[in-house]
Amino acid sequence: MAMSAQKSEMSRRRYLFRKATERLQWVGMLLCTSVTVFFLLTILGYVIYHGADSIDWEFLTALPLPPGETGGGIANALVGSVMVVAAATLMAVPIGMGAAIFVNEFPSARLGRTVRFMAEVLTGVPSIVVGLFAYSMVVSPMGSFSGFSGAVAYAFIMVPIILITSHEAFRLVPPSLREASLALGVPKWRTIMRVVLPVSSSALLTGVVLAFSRALGEAAPMLFTAFGNPFWNLNLGKPVATVPLLIYTYATGPYDDWHRKAWGASLVLLVVVLVTSVLTRAFLRGKSHE
Amino acid sequence: MNGDAEITERSLGKFLGAISPRAVHHDTRVVNFGDRLFYLATQCVAFSVIIIALLLFGELVRGSWESIQQFGLKFLVGTTWDPVARVFGTLPTIIGTLVKAAIALLFAVPISIGSAMFITFYVPKWFRPIISYPIELLAGIPSIVFGLWGLFVMVPIIRTVQIWLKANFGWFPLFDGPAVYGVGVLSGSVMLAIMIIPIITAISRDILLTVPRSQIEGMLALGGTKWEAIWKVALPYSRIGLVGAVVLGLGRAIGETMAVTMVGGNSFDLIHSLFDPVHSMASQIASEFTEATYSLYVSSLIYVGLVLFGITVVISLCAQLLIWRLSKGKVAVFE
Repeated sequence: MAMSAQKSEMSRRRYLFRKATERLQWVGMLLCTSVTVFFLLTILGYVIYHGADSIDWEFLTALPLPPGETGGGIANALVGSVMVVAAATLMAVPIGMGAAIFVNEFPSARLGRTVRFMAEVLTGVPSIVVGLFAYSMVVSPMGSFSGFSGAVAYAFIMVPIILITSHEAFRLVPPSLREASLALGVPKWRTIMRVVLPVSSSALLTGVVLAFSRALGEAAPMLFTAFGNPFWNLNLGKPVATVPLLIYTYATGPYDDWHRKAWGASLVLLVVVLVTSVLTRAFLRGKSHE
Repeated sequence: MNGDAEITERSLGKFLGAISPRAVHHDTRVVNFGDRLFYLATQCVAFSVIIIALLLFGELVRGSWESIQQFGLKFLVGTTWDPVARVFGTLPTIIGTLVKAAIALLFAVPISIGSAMFITFYVPKWFRPIISYPIELLAGIPSIVFGLWGLFVMVPIIRTVQIWLKANFGWFPLFDGPAVYGVGVLSGSVMLAIMIIPIITAISRDILLTVPRSQIEGMLALGGTKWEAIWKVALPYSRIGLVGAVVLGLGRAIGETMAVTMVGGNSFDLIHSLFDPVHSMASQIASEFTEATYSLYVSSLIYVGLVLFGITVVISLCAQLLIWRLSKGKVAVFE
């Protein structure tokens, strides 16, 4: 009798111990998650708090004033960023999507798998190294910094992202659609152009937008390619101001007004990047419910 | 044959009616040629991705050739970086980079894997997006914004912590540095940790979701607690993939540029304590490249870039292989 009481006492203790561990780990994991969400909220909060102060009409539409003077804006960088990233998109979309078509629609080719794997490895190349590449490919031979070289660097960053997202998009197209078209005697290439591409168009667009907003925030490759420019410039052959690089210059500069502008520009950048991300996500979710 | 209309099963039906047998016959002859052309065209494009990747490597080698010839592998172990004397060695920077990334992992790994487990196993399904979505947003914030926040908000806080640590635990060798700068190894590591947490979390979550539900339910049915189910079933099953996620985070931490340039302190000396300011490879290139005045200097900086590229590509390769091995391509990685 005494033995069995002891035994049940032990198993009760063990049970309590297991229950306590269960509770403890729940709390621990909740803490981990809270820490992560906390950082997001603080960073967002600070950028909105400091940035909202400096954003006004002049900030968005005026050119920068000479260093040290208060006032002026970042209009040239806003336009420059959009210009350089748009040029990069024009280069990256055909390469990324074309390669993705090959990878998905001609799966028997070994090259396809290699390319897909390569793309995933390429997403890990540091953006500063991409900048070096664009420098020695474009800036060195051309002899000057230029918006075009910046676009080449951005395109290099965008290609693997577009390739991977497009591949995933093509994968989701039901094979029955392709087979229906092929069974009608439609050649494969027309099937791809007229069935596969239109069906996956929304997912393809999402991938491009994702790559666009990723490139928009990159400062490192612009340091020695697009370089920056305090004046209006719509010529891609000359140095161009971009928003992320402007934030870097202003944040590390000595003037308080520059710091204010860096916060303002960060808010603009953050709003663009986060709004695109929210919109594409909402768009995707809407599509998948249909 | 209205190509503009969105293809649905209905419009495909119309499409079917519109094609006469003759047209099909006519098309089949064109087909072969068109298909061949299309295959060749996309093959060329796909091949160009590989060419571009090789070109990147080639350009880096070409750009750093002068420095490679001059210093060879001694570049990697040299501790002097002196543009005036024209002597370049990058050991302190390599060590600075690796130490910062390692400390960042120390902070980030428990937090991110904890979060991923919480999201996967404890949060009800309808509530999952509400927690995991903000974490993915965090991954989307540009590095330059992290840097700005780090420079003006985080560094002052870390400086206070450093001064307190030095005052109370100054005898500890790791706390024996100039605590008043704020920028340095500690700031850089914390910054990197904040930046890689969302990446590791997102991928670990996707990997934990590949654990078969039935296995976890089996453990629960045997009377195990959720904790035991996670540790004895889910973790062993997904171990390889989780290591992959962590390695991927490490790669990102090593290659990260702007934020680290802004809070890392950028000094060439070998580090002795957590408070020392130090360059990482990326920040060294970022802050000096436009000031490099002669070709050997430029070439040495590109050499640093080549080393950085080599390290990150090896790490990235390992991460992809580990993740692929577990998920058989089900988890796409491009964060």
